Amino acid sequence: MSLLEIKNLHASVNGNEILKGIDLTVNPGEVHSIMGPNGSGKSTLAQVLARRESYEVTGGSITFDGKDLLEMKPEDAACEGLFMAFQYPVEIPGISNAYFLRAALNAIRKYRGQDEMDAMDFLPLLKEKMRMLEMDERFLNRPVNEGFSGGEKKRNEIVQMAVLEPKLAVLDETDSGLDIDALKIVAKGVNAMRDKKRSMVLVTHYQRLLDYIVPDFVHVLVNGRIVKSGGPELALELEQKGYSWTEPELVGKR
Amino acid sequence: MSSTVNQINDLTQQEYKWGFVTSIDEDRLPPGLNEEIVRAIAAKKGEPEFMVEWRLKAYRHWASLEQKHAEPTWANVKYPPIDYQALSYYSAPKQKKELKSLDEVDPEILDTYSKLGIPLHEQKLLAGVAVDAVFDSVSVATTFKAKLAEVGVIFCSFSEAVKNHPELVKKYLGSVVPYTDNFFATLNSAVFSDGSFVYVPKGVRCPMELSTYFRINAQNTGQFERTLIIADEGAHVSYLEGCTAPIRDENQLHAAVVELIAHDNATIKYSTVQNWYPGDKEGKGGIYNFVTKRGKALGKNSKISWTQVETGSAITWKYPSCILQGDNSVGEFYSVALTNNYQQADTGTKMIHIGKNTKSTVVSKGISAGHGQNTYRGMVKILKGATGARNYTQCDSLLIGDKCGAHTFPYIEVKNASARMEHEASTSKIGEDQIFYLQQRGISKEEAVSMIINGFCKAVFKELPMEFAVEAQKLLSISLEGSVG
Ligand SMILES: Nc1ncnc2c1ncn2[C@@H]1O[C@H](COP(=O)(O)OP(=O)(O)O)[C@@H](O)[C@H]1O
Ligand SMILES: [Mg+2]
Repeated sequence: MSLLEIKNLHASVNGNEILKGIDLTVNPGEVHSIMGPNGSGKSTLAQVLARRESYEVTGGSITFDGKDLLEMKPEDAACEGLFMAFQYPVEIPGISNAYFLRAALNAIRKYRGQDEMDAMDFLPLLKEKMRMLEMDERFLNRPVNEGFSGGEKKRNEIVQMAVLEPKLAVLDETDSGLDIDALKIVAKGVNAMRDKKRSMVLVTHYQRLLDYIVPDFVHVLVNGRIVKSGGPELALELEQKGYSWTEPELVGKR
Repeated sequence: MSSTVNQINDLTQQEYKWGFVTSIDEDRLPPGLNEEIVRAIAAKKGEPEFMVEWRLKAYRHWASLEQKHAEPTWANVKYPPIDYQALSYYSAPKQKKELKSLDEVDPEILDTYSKLGIPLHEQKLLAGVAVDAVFDSVSVATTFKAKLAEVGVIFCSFSEAVKNHPELVKKYLGSVVPYTDNFFATLNSAVFSDGSFVYVPKGVRCPMELSTYFRINAQNTGQFERTLIIADEGAHVSYLEGCTAPIRDENQLHAAVVELIAHDNATIKYSTVQNWYPGDKEGKGGIYNFVTKRGKALGKNSKISWTQVETGSAITWKYPSCILQGDNSVGEFYSVALTNNYQQADTGTKMIHIGKNTKSTVVSKGISAGHGQNTYRGMVKILKGATGARNYTQCDSLLIGDKCGAHTFPYIEVKNASARMEHEASTSKIGEDQIFYLQQRGISKEEAVSMIINGFCKAVFKELPMEFAVEAQKLLSISLEGSVG
């Protein structure tokens, strides 16, 4: 059974239709990359998957792990195992990274009928994941994302993913704003989490990320539609030719 | 966006959970205020002549103020005129004799306290908290006195202090807040019926947190309590006051006075968690909380620290202040004020720097939801002799929804050029993006809002004694519960 099944998805923001009929199937263990020019709707797709309410679904269906995702609140989707790494991680002043992440983990565990994890068990777990992402321990007690550099924020997202162990991780432009060393660290963290069950959707503008995290499939999103799908080689082709060749009608209009 | 705001509004519609009325026999004076009433209050309490005189002077001063309509109007709050002659100025649960132990306390009263979640019983004793509970102005039970007495700490009701330690009362009463201070303090001076008294002798570090719970029960009574805390040379004391009141349609007046005196090298930490009935969703009923709190850091190296979490009352008018008289003395004010529905708060502090190298810190966090109006009003005054004075003020406002308001009025007066002043201010809205971020990690919307608000208030909460910080956090989320889906 597929983990994620998107059928003819239409979504609007402030009354403007952004997604105009998306079909996408992700099986357990697969890594899919969604590429496309700025403004094509990549983040919109990610936000819709994460159930952000300002993104209105006007048509189609999404099934996640056999359940209707569109019926879920954002926190329920998260508890069901859907994680999104934000393109722009948000700052939460006054709440430490460690406190926040334990609250998140325990909310998910509670939803699943598991016992809450106490600080004694949690801290070593968090520290281990932070080491993997080469984040200093002082980030434990710093308020969530506050004053973090762009790269630190992105690494912090991956730390969270590593702790929460989702079934499906949607990474929105996790590579943007990273220098090459940070990119390698993030890629290492993400690759360490790949396994037969966990699926990923990598949203990216550049092919660069895919040198380090090699996807099983690449989809090209232009103007709210997937116009082309293929294997990893498609990313290279895009890198060489740009996006315009993927949608002949668009080229014709220009 | 707008639906999030609506859901946040729903969360803030949580109803008052402490609004039960206790039916107990009470002893009360007829409504109205005149010299007879003032004398009657003093007589009921069996007060000595000096107290009667002091009350009468205060009453006469107040009567002249009232005639001149000198009730203060400068605060950013609105309320219909109060008919002071319609209020009853004394109400006490009827009891036959003085109480020696908790067993003698009316079980209904104890039941009220337990509903309030005040563990007057063993747990609290084990927790090392001595509780002096003020129920409609009369102190009904004082615990842990013996242990305090061992180290010479006096912790008792104001009435007992008048009886047993008149020389201390005489010396310090009105020495920080004179009866002429302001309209409400003057009124309090005339009619106050009870309160708490603390004296910590030289060099003594009070072995436990001292705690008082105030609760207004009777209808149409104002509560006028008075607290006097004295820390002698090198003494340390931490005091916590918590307040609640039952639901009534009428507005109730609470005009309290708190005076703190810290001698050389002494420290007084005064924490308040105020949860008076705020009125209903339409703004009907609720407490008018018009309170004068002031501490005098009299001695060198003395320190006075105010921490307040204000979530209740229809109107809050309150400026816990510090007079930094001793050289190197320190004043602190940490405040969280929350206004929801139609609540109004005009609160802040005054830091008066008189001594050399005096230092003050002001951290104010205002949260407004619903139609709440939240005003910070603060004054920092550096007098001529206050060489090397320093002040740091940080003033942040958080808005939930778009019908509420936050206002900031900082006044600064510097008469000594060596002063160093820092002021930071911010106003922010609780962000839909923050809530969503937390939700995406599995945290419910209510939890998310509560977490964001607790984060916003962290600098203040960390000043509260541990168990009260937990209580304050709960109170804050309860006060905002329902404001998110
Ligand atoms: N919150 C929003 N309000 C208004 N327009 C938005 C919002 N989010 C996205 N859009 C619009 O939707 C389109 C797609 O944006 P987005 O999904 O962020 O693209 P991408 O991530 O591919 O760059 C853009 O035209 C963008 O301006
Ligand atoms: Mg984007």
